[in-house]
Amino acid sequence: MSAAPQGDVLLRATGVVKHFAVGARRLLPGGGHSVQALDGVSLEVRRGETLGLVGETGCGKSTLARCLMRLYDLTAGRVEFGGEDISLLSRRQLRPYRQRMQLIFQDPFGSLNPRRRIGSIIGDPFAIHGVADGQDRMRRVQELMELVGLNAEHFNRFPSEFSGGQRQRIGIARALALRPELVICDEPVSALDVSIQAQIVNLLADLQGELNLTYVFIAHDLSVVRHVSDRIAVMYLGKIVEVAEAEELFARPRHPYTAALLSALPVADPDLADSRRRILLTGDVPSPIDPPSGCRFHPRCPKARAECALTEPPLEPRLGDDGTHLTACHFPVAVGEDLATAGAEGGA
Amino acid sequence: MLSFLLRRIVLGVAVLWAITTVVFIMFFVAPTHVAQTIAGRQATPETVALVSHRLGLDRPILTQYLHYLWRLLHGDLGYSYYNSTPVTTLIGQRVSVTFSLAVGAAVLWLLIGVGSGVVSAVRPRTLADRAVTVSALFFYSMPVFLLGLVLLYFLFYRLTLAGVDLFPGSGYVPLTQDPVSWAQHLALPWLSLALVTAATYTRLTRGAMLDVLGEDYIRTARSKGMRERRVTYRHALRSALTPTVTQLGIDLGTVLGGAIITENVFGLPGLGALAVQSVVQQDQPVIIGTVILASAFIVGASIVVDIVYAVLDPRVRAH
Amino acid sequence: MNSLPVEIVEGGAEPLEPPDAIEGRSPWQLAWARLRRDRLALACLIVIALIVIVALAAPLVAWLTGHGPNEEFQTTGLTPDGLPRPPSRAFLFGTDDLGRDVLVRVVYGARISLLSGVLASSVAVALGVVVGLVGGYFGGLVDTLLARLMDVVLSFPFLLFAIALVSITGPGLWVSIFVIAFFSWASVGRVVRGQTLSLREREYVEAARSLGAGDLRIMFVDILPNLVAQVIVYLTLLIPSAVVFEATLSFLGLGVVPPAATWGNMLSESLGYYRVAWWFVLFPGAALLITTLAFNLLGDSVRDAFDPRGDRLFRR
Repeated sequence: MSAAPQGDVLLRATGVVKHFAVGARRLLPGGGHSVQALDGVSLEVRRGETLGLVGETGCGKSTLARCLMRLYDLTAGRVEFGGEDISLLSRRQLRPYRQRMQLIFQDPFGSLNPRRRIGSIIGDPFAIHGVADGQDRMRRVQELMELVGLNAEHFNRFPSEFSGGQRQRIGIARALALRPELVICDEPVSALDVSIQAQIVNLLADLQGELNLTYVFIAHDLSVVRHVSDRIAVMYLGKIVEVAEAEELFARPRHPYTAALLSALPVADPDLADSRRRILLTGDVPSPIDPPSGCRFHPRCPKARAECALTEPPLEPRLGDDGTHLTACHFPVAVGEDLATAGAEGGA
Repeated sequence: MLSFLLRRIVLGVAVLWAITTVVFIMFFVAPTHVAQTIAGRQATPETVALVSHRLGLDRPILTQYLHYLWRLLHGDLGYSYYNSTPVTTLIGQRVSVTFSLAVGAAVLWLLIGVGSGVVSAVRPRTLADRAVTVSALFFYSMPVFLLGLVLLYFLFYRLTLAGVDLFPGSGYVPLTQDPVSWAQHLALPWLSLALVTAATYTRLTRGAMLDVLGEDYIRTARSKGMRERRVTYRHALRSALTPTVTQLGIDLGTVLGGAIITENVFGLPGLGALAVQSVVQQDQPVIIGTVILASAFIVGASIVVDIVYAVLDPRVRAH
Repeated sequence: MNSLPVEIVEGGAEPLEPPDAIEGRSPWQLAWARLRRDRLALACLIVIALIVIVALAAPLVAWLTGHGPNEEFQTTGLTPDGLPRPPSRAFLFGTDDLGRDVLVRVVYGARISLLSGVLASSVAVALGVVVGLVGGYFGGLVDTLLARLMDVVLSFPFLLFAIALVSITGPGLWVSIFVIAFFSWASVGRVVRGQTLSLREREYVEAARSLGAGDLRIMFVDILPNLVAQVIVYLTLLIPSAVVFEATLSFLGLGVVPPAATWGNMLSESLGYYRVAWWFVLFPGAALLITTLAFNLLGDSVRDAFDPRGDRLFRR
């Protein structure tokens, strides 16, 4: 594990809010509910690092990815890329940025147009931005294919002729065509077989070194994220609840949710596994249409007290941590604290 | 549910309005020589002007349009240019004919179409299935007038020659006057219209039922010992209900407006015949009246179909 | 970023490229291959090709028989009573009520039917695709307007309207084609719109946007190729209905009028003579039926070639 690179900030999100309107739309405003997918998310991604982003399904990870990419308009907040504010730019104004920041999708089957040949798919960025055409484009496409470990002779084939792992490579090739600075990987291996996941993760790691890429690596599996990330951010119901360097997070999780996630990770040694106590969270994830008051995690938190339902805890260093470890919790977990019994003592 | 109903009706009225406006534009903005035609070839320009004035054709277009809309809203379709009878009267005389034709044919095509579709679906790939699908395609490809001609030849001409005077070649007898004769006169028209239309229902029913019969839950029902017939009718047939209703709405709406071809071939004095005759005579109020009526039937049918949907499928109502 | 320790999993993983033995084929090639194996479809294609050839060779047929399509043979073509003559060596399909050669007229009629059928359907499909694509992709007000427009067009009683229109403009071939196209495009448009609405939610469309693709590019490069299969099926099925529509218009005297020959007006003329001249009904009628049947069957097979799971009239 290398030390986190102290590069400049490539991407900064400040107080990003994203609400989706649902239900019947009335003629007059004020009616209907909204899904509060993101409620004030702030984070920084430094050049050259890999920021891992974890959370359960529905916590807003994918929405955040698309907001950072400005595929969605923001309901509120700011996104800065390379120091420039891109929060309010129109699609046309965003076009030059599309060469510098790219997205890798989760679904290798859905993210490639089944009716197009992969040479054409990978060549899309060149065509769209008028960078290269004809023979030149073909050559570059083939270079990209080799770069990601595909046989360059297969550029005329259709996505259906490739396996899941290969299709993901195609998606990666497409994303890297114009040598972006930032690549957001939205659960790039979740849809793949476990044996293939490792290959793709390794590929991404190699490419980062070769091409000086910065990654935001989104996943729901902490164990995958652990090895690839320099820093990790944990999301819950549209908010970031903890941010820390990878090993620090694993060694000293401060937020009860993080602790619960970690306790659920499988451990290879059976004796060790038996001696561990699983932290079981009660209840289900609440609906983002009507999130709980105060700290959003309080209904399920084994350490919750009255205060937790009233005020939202800010994201800041706790229990003497330094500035790189931020937690949003009124009663963070201390080292050695056993949450598995905390629930039995009565929480909220 | 009520709001849904209301919205559909408002939409239907809007569509109807759009159609009437298009009709108006077609007839009153385009050059017409109605006054000339009515007045006759020998008429002097003064006579033509007089006729024109009497028919209200010399007023500004906007006035004519508003007048026209106003009268429409009151159910007044104007007067025929030719015999000065109210258009509504003319239509009223013909409605029962077209109605008899439409309803009778509809009953027939439903029976034939859905029936053969069921037969085909429960015995797939057998001779019966092949026969049904072949004939469905055959009739589907045949224009109504061709089938009418063929039926006339075999069931009227040949039969009559052979001494069996079963089906007359043309004409209409009202139901109230003589039910048997009424049916006899309508038999061939019903048959031509129904056979061609039924083909669509055959394919629909067969397709929907085959889809359902292949599903897992049917296999489960069968393995639990449910009787075959019950499986067929309760589950599979029900799946064909929705597309059949949609299709029925479309077809019925169209035919009620005047089965022009059928009426033409068999000499039935219905709305369709009225429409054709009025076009030949350039009798605009009648043309307009029949077109609007036919559109109203189509729009009305689609509204009814939507309502039936909403009743059958609660999800639609929640929209 | 760090690599994962992967010694354990490297071996036995998927091969890096598909075995070369399987040559990649496009969906088009696959569909075509399936179509080729379908004997019924081949038969239909041959029939259609024959009809096209015969239609093109109409003047040749006229020359071979020595009869023009509009020539009235009062003596050789009519009986002494003035009735049509049955098929004979001189008139292979017999004559009509004016002593004209039915064979030659049927062949010339094929030209009109094919021309109007293909042309009207093509225009209708092109228009429907554009409208459906634009409406479905952009959504919002544009879509609402276009969808309402299609609703209105579909609510027109088409035959009646055709009659009304022709009463103003007068009958003719081009009026027919216009009318047929006008009443056919909306159903294509509706289907295309529905498809586009679902296609635009696909992830590859999102991917294209994330690459910076503009709307026009996405519509034509990403969405349209996924529509083409359905569109072709629709086109193949629209042609026979256009042919029938044209025949119907001619039958009513609203399309192509005599003395020009179309199957529709020939059948209309035969209405008064079917008792004495069955050939006058049979040959134009059979020509019409065979053409329509061939296209319908072909359309069925084409649909099956693109999507074998769908329902077929004739399952293997």
